[in-house]
Amino acid sequence: MKIVTNALEGVSFIEWYPIIGLIIFMILFIVLIIKVARLKNNEVDSMSRLPLDEQDAEAQEIKQAEQ
Amino acid sequence: MELQKFTYDNRIARLFMNATILWGIVGMLVGLTIALELIFPLMSNNIPWLSFGRLRPLHTNAVIFAFVGNGMFTGIYYSMPRLLKTPMFSELLGKIHFWGWQLIIVSAALTLPFGITVGKEYAELEWPIDIAIALIWVVFGINMIMTTVKRRTKHIYVAIWFYLATFVTVAVLHIVNSIAIPVSFLKSYPVYAGIQDALVQWWYGHNAVAFFLTTPYLGLMYYFVPKAANRPVYSYKLSIIHFWALIFLYIWAGPHHLLYSSLPDWAQALGVVFSIMLIAPSWGGMINGLLTLRGAWDKVRESPVLKMFVVGITAYGMSTFEGPMLSLKSVNALSHFTDWTIAHVHIGALGWNGMITFGMLYWLLPRLYNTKLFSVKMANAHFWLATTGMLFFAIPLYFAGFTQSLMWKQFNEEGYLTYPNFIETVVQILPMYYIRVLGGSLYITGVILMIINLIKTAKMGTFVPTEDDEAPALIAQNHGVDKGHRVIEGKPVLFTILSLVAILIGGIVEFVPMFMVKSNVPTISSVQPYTPLELQGRDIYLREGCYVCHSQMIRPFRSEVERYGEYSKAGESIYDHPFQFGSKRTGPDLAREGVKGGPIYKPDSWHYNHFVSPQKMVAQSIMPPFPWLITDDLDISTTAKKIRVMQTLGVPYPEGYAEKANDDLMKQANKIAQGLRDGGIQVEDTKEVIALIAYIQRLGTDIKKVEGN
Repeated sequence: MKIVTNALEGVSFIEWYPIIGLIIFMILFIVLIIKVARLKNNEVDSMSRLPLDEQDAEAQEIKQAEQ
Repeated sequence: MELQKFTYDNRIARLFMNATILWGIVGMLVGLTIALELIFPLMSNNIPWLSFGRLRPLHTNAVIFAFVGNGMFTGIYYSMPRLLKTPMFSELLGKIHFWGWQLIIVSAALTLPFGITVGKEYAELEWPIDIAIALIWVVFGINMIMTTVKRRTKHIYVAIWFYLATFVTVAVLHIVNSIAIPVSFLKSYPVYAGIQDALVQWWYGHNAVAFFLTTPYLGLMYYFVPKAANRPVYSYKLSIIHFWALIFLYIWAGPHHLLYSSLPDWAQALGVVFSIMLIAPSWGGMINGLLTLRGAWDKVRESPVLKMFVVGITAYGMSTFEGPMLSLKSVNALSHFTDWTIAHVHIGALGWNGMITFGMLYWLLPRLYNTKLFSVKMANAHFWLATTGMLFFAIPLYFAGFTQSLMWKQFNEEGYLTYPNFIETVVQILPMYYIRVLGGSLYITGVILMIINLIKTAKMGTFVPTEDDEAPALIAQNHGVDKGHRVIEGKPVLFTILSLVAILIGGIVEFVPMFMVKSNVPTISSVQPYTPLELQGRDIYLREGCYVCHSQMIRPFRSEVERYGEYSKAGESIYDHPFQFGSKRTGPDLAREGVKGGPIYKPDSWHYNHFVSPQKMVAQSIMPPFPWLITDDLDISTTAKKIRVMQTLGVPYPEGYAEKANDDLMKQANKIAQGLRDGGIQVEDTKEVIALIAYIQRLGTDIKKVEGN
């Protein structure tokens, strides 16, 4: 087991890594929620249609119905 | 805008599709075989490579890495070019990926049944195969990332985020968990030991579920469900939150596999909290998948593809609700080590992975062959066989799990265990094992129907090796400045790195304190390294896969202490490379097997006879016999090397002990064999069984030395 512990001991300030990591993620996560909430609906709509074949009649139909 | 012409390569998707079907049926048939072996323990007919302990890792590896693995690659190689409007980056890398992966699967099939294993669940493959996995995985990753780099669409669709996260996370998990020091070409010891090994292993094991069985399949869900229903996904905003929340939270939940074990409480609590939080993104994904079918439910009645997707996504919802519930300590106290776990994972494997794969195949194959499905009726029959098969598999095992756990915990009025003999609790649930075989058989019958249907479909049509498409170049479309999440989506490499950061955080928070804080693993002065004979015996224990049926972790419950002896301490397993806590008790716990006067102790002669014929010692036992242990000689040429590797890992054998180890080994073997001979059993010192008995009789005895003092 020492083989792993010894390797980690060599890293300075290792005890702060978890806390820094957690803070980074929390900030990113909050920013993400805000950004996603502010995305424009028409942009999101076009992204969500990426897998669909635009030539497909039914897809067109839905698109028109929703507009 | 000028349109650029390009082609999609269907050949690579077809190769992976064929492999999915082939390995799927193989993995399931091995599963059926071991389910039968639990009812007919003599079925393996004394053939070592057919015994349960060796075939069970083959079943799990085949289903996870061969069936689901090829399934995800099929979907990825089909959907990714179409979503990004570009061929895959490199045909050659695709071929190397395909053939390399199949070679890895074949090497697994050629090693696991022969007892070549590391002895860590779902990470059993030995180091040369581990290296091959890492290399091939990187080939796959390069091919994916470079495809996203040279795409023609501005936005990278959510399915591809899941694919990329799968790549980075599995790479990290596999490498960190597989670090080992080789003893020989096909034998190594993991660098971690005991409780730390357990933490790393379940961080890996849990996230193998998350990032091998879940995220890539969520990617497939986000592509194939909208395709099959001809509807865009219900909420794209939800899918963005779903993605980031899921990959971040999943990585923390591993310790819920170690509740009530000797893992420190803080780590257990962390695992529980994050497991409960996981319900939110998991159900977000399920709702997103199911609601994609809004306005298309009429189609579900007619389309076997959509039916399978609906059951698949529902099974995902059920198992991702059940998972967090099982991680509550009070529920886990009841469910852990029982068949409840087996039922739970099969809702995931048969329901989620199986149904999504089958749905994808029924949708994809007719398109690759430019034809219609040969028989919708047969596909519907498959759907019903698979659904009922899954229920007939899981429900009996839920009953078996509750029943056995309650029997283990039952005390009578005098304060003694009502069922002190473990076998009583096994006999009680055997009928459920029969029904499980029925469920598995129904499920496999469905798969056979599918294979016939797909072959007939392929014969009806003609394979379309490439498909042409056209799209404007990405540069031509670029106008305006990106903001917010769109910046990340436009940069696949940055996106991949951010995913990596998200998943690394959970690992670091768990691992650093576990490896650094000494108080997390209190040392016990009387705990000593294994003797050379015990070490060799332990390797036989690993080889035979004893850990798939026997745990070595007594939880601090009155019922367990009464049945097995003093509960397990973290300091007892510090020399266990790898740990052997186990996850299922098909047979009793062995953590205190060697404690003389303990509730579970048996003399050497009992063990000898039990290995020859378990049924001779315990009439209703479902353990297979191990006659080859009696006849085969122990290979002692490896002892010195093994001791030296252990020393490298920090196990305190005296300096220069490796060279003298075999002398001690022979002495101890002679003592045990002489004891057996005195009791009338004709056995030589050199046989494997002697080493295994030495190991088993050592189990749990270290702390008793302190009490003796």
